[in-house]
Amino acid sequence: MIDLYTRRRLINRFNLTASYFAVAFGLFWLFWILFTLLKYGLGGISLAMFTQMTPPPGSAGGLLNAIAGSLMMAAVGTLIGTPVGILAGVYLAEFGNRGWLAPTTRFINDILLSAPSIVIGLFIYEVVVASSRHFSGWAGALALSLIVIPVVVRTTENMLRLVPDTMREAAAALGAPQTKVIMQITLRASRAGVITGILLAVARISGETAPLLFTALNNQFWSLNMNQPMANLPVVIFQFAMSPYEDWHKLAWAGALLITASVLGLNVLARTLFHQKSSQY
Amino acid sequence: MTPDHPTKINIRDLNFYYGKFHALKNINLEVAEHKVTAFIGPSGCGKSTLLRTLNRMYQLYPNQRAEGEIALDGANVLDPRQDLNMLRAKVGMVFQKPTPFPMSIFDNIAFGVKLYENLGRREMEERVEWALRKAALWNEVKDILPQSGNSLSGGQQQRLCIARGIAVKPEVVLLDEPCSALDPISTAHIEELINELKSEYTIVIVTHNMQQAARVSDYTAYMYLGELIEFGDTDTIFTTPAKKATEDYITGKFG
Amino acid sequence: MVENTQTAVRIIDPATIISFMPKLSSNAPMNRGHLLDLAFRNVTRFFAFLVFALLAGIILSLVIGSMPAVRAFGLGFLFSAEWNPVTEKFGALVPIVGTLATSTIALLIAIPVSFGIALFLTELAPAWLRRPLGTAIELLAGIPSIIYGMWGLFVFAPIFSQTIQPMLKNTLGETPLLAPLFEGAPMGIGMLSAGVILAIMVIPFIAAVMRDVFEIVPPMLKESAYGLGATTWEVVWNVVLPYTKSGVIGSIMLGLGRALGETMAVTFVIGNAHKLSASLFMPGNSIASALANEFTEADGELYTSSLIELGLILFFIAFVVLALSKLLLLQLGKREGKST
Repeated sequence: MIDLYTRRRLINRFNLTASYFAVAFGLFWLFWILFTLLKYGLGGISLAMFTQMTPPPGSAGGLLNAIAGSLMMAAVGTLIGTPVGILAGVYLAEFGNRGWLAPTTRFINDILLSAPSIVIGLFIYEVVVASSRHFSGWAGALALSLIVIPVVVRTTENMLRLVPDTMREAAAALGAPQTKVIMQITLRASRAGVITGILLAVARISGETAPLLFTALNNQFWSLNMNQPMANLPVVIFQFAMSPYEDWHKLAWAGALLITASVLGLNVLARTLFHQKSSQY
Repeated sequence: MTPDHPTKINIRDLNFYYGKFHALKNINLEVAEHKVTAFIGPSGCGKSTLLRTLNRMYQLYPNQRAEGEIALDGANVLDPRQDLNMLRAKVGMVFQKPTPFPMSIFDNIAFGVKLYENLGRREMEERVEWALRKAALWNEVKDILPQSGNSLSGGQQQRLCIARGIAVKPEVVLLDEPCSALDPISTAHIEELINELKSEYTIVIVTHNMQQAARVSDYTAYMYLGELIEFGDTDTIFTTPAKKATEDYITGKFG
Repeated sequence: MVENTQTAVRIIDPATIISFMPKLSSNAPMNRGHLLDLAFRNVTRFFAFLVFALLAGIILSLVIGSMPAVRAFGLGFLFSAEWNPVTEKFGALVPIVGTLATSTIALLIAIPVSFGIALFLTELAPAWLRRPLGTAIELLAGIPSIIYGMWGLFVFAPIFSQTIQPMLKNTLGETPLLAPLFEGAPMGIGMLSAGVILAIMVIPFIAAVMRDVFEIVPPMLKESAYGLGATTWEVVWNVVLPYTKSGVIGSIMLGLGRALGETMAVTFVIGNAHKLSASLFMPGNSIASALANEFTEADGELYTSSLIELGLILFFIAFVVLALSKLLLLQLGKREGKST
């Protein structure tokens, strides 16, 4: 019969140890995955990767068309999604204190944020691809923009809300009309945070495969024509990895390493940028 | 008010509501031109609320409303037809915490001016210098104008905000506990500033620091729970107040 | 927040606004800024509405796209395990079961682990470790899912089939109740593998939200408990958890929503077989994988439409889960607002 005190201490010790294990468990997978990525990916990285096109099975090649396609679609997707996201975020933060539109939009935005991205691809397929009867880079970029929008809306609204009311009041007290207060003072004050949000959105779409599967499809050859199916890294990796060919596997790992490096790099950049500026408040 | 101290702002039967809460009850008050009027009272008495009706700052928030009349040079400020932006050009405000805009010191001052006047580069520089001199800040910042407003100390930031408010050449300046976030030395600078400014501007100051009110103001209004208990010239209020309630507050019987 | 005090006007056209304005006093000139404000406000309102419209659009297009399949199969679609492109008979049962099963396995593993990580980050970690470790977890959450899929197929599956699977087979696989779950050859791919990989993917996600939720607990509340002599575990179990109850559930549902819709992490290892079986070792299918694998190859209206209906079902499930999680998290937010 253990007394109550000892029992409590044992339970405490047990559970806390378990939580140490949980952390070790989580970190273990992280390191294993990153290690694997580096091991197989570095082997496949070469200058050829950046200069040659995706090869047919059995020959050597690179990922140039895929890289170019991904960059283009990410750029267009961000260009389309960012203004929409920022303006909607401005509405939610600055005008959203009454009526039904703001709380509903906020709610819906958060749902869209976590919605299965393959469904987004399906939606764009129905709306763009099916009606134009061909896959295209534009469709892919549009699908990506639909992923960018909720991220930018959320971060823009949160960053704008962080700006203290007294700053808005100070500008209003000078007689500035609301548009000027928002554009020149509030947005400017939250500039770093908003940019961080955009960077995070870009990081997110860099790694997305599903929305591109039936919108941009893929393209074996070099093409900068957004009206045609467009090569992109994630779909190429998917195709190559699922195939039985060794050299395709190698390229797939190299591509995977490239994507992961970009995503992590963007995340780190976003973080340092934000933490630097947030010391203002 | 006497003929050589005409009334700048005449507050009549002012009632204010936060939603259903009746925050200001039948306020009647005259603010004299080119004088400093102080609103004092314990927390929650409505002094800041009263101050914020004078430039319709409450208008930013949907649940707040004012009824009655506030006559600025004869024109009712509460009239819905009154142009808000022009009102705020005439009546400036400085807040409790310094709020420099996220831009250079120069641009901070220029921002307000640009709203109303189209000045050339040379003229803008002169106006910025003028405003900073008036706020007793020029000598400290004249070499660092391109630097961010945030790089200044608390006291300097607050003087920057005062300069910013003065740059648009208002007639009335409202100060909402301007020194509460500042150390005693900066506070002394600002009180000196207020003394100099009053010859050209009408100043209304809210302060929870009674001694400051006694030092700085010409007229004092004592408020409690949304009502104006007593109003008169500062010396009288602090030495021979007419009401017992006022006397209790002044002597610190409650706070 | 600045409210235009001139008449509350709902009409956007400037000329109409002017005609509706009461006469202004002569010393207050008409400020062009007011029109700009109105225009700006409506522009932003339009874009907010666009977000709203997007959701409606997605649902609408999915519904329209699945109409042929709905007409052909009706409600039976949900319960049929048949999937034959040749005879054009389709049923959603296998993918739905696969989606739900892999997500359940993922959560069973991820919830305790995430909880442990969140506990560590908020109560046990030394100050210098908190920030970097928290950042590491958040970075983990950002790794693209295709990486998990590839790693799962090439690295995890072989090892899984050689070590864990035989072990499970020899232990739990011998018990009468659980034996059917572990039947079949340990191939490394299959429902269990997909579930485990999904768990690894979802852990950082849930852990990060749980950590955020635990941090909201007012320090004074915890101090009161410690002050009575409670152990760390007791404080967490009896004070922190109940206080953050809705937030914790919300974070779990957020993770569930993520797991349900995950495509790439699952597609590589789930095996893509349209066969229903009780064993976790057997290959199966999830809605997202079926779509990923078959959509571009699907010919025939019924085939495509059935796939779209699958997408609609997935979206519906995810929508419900995410909406619930949002409501729960909101509840916690309100609670926190009240007590501060």
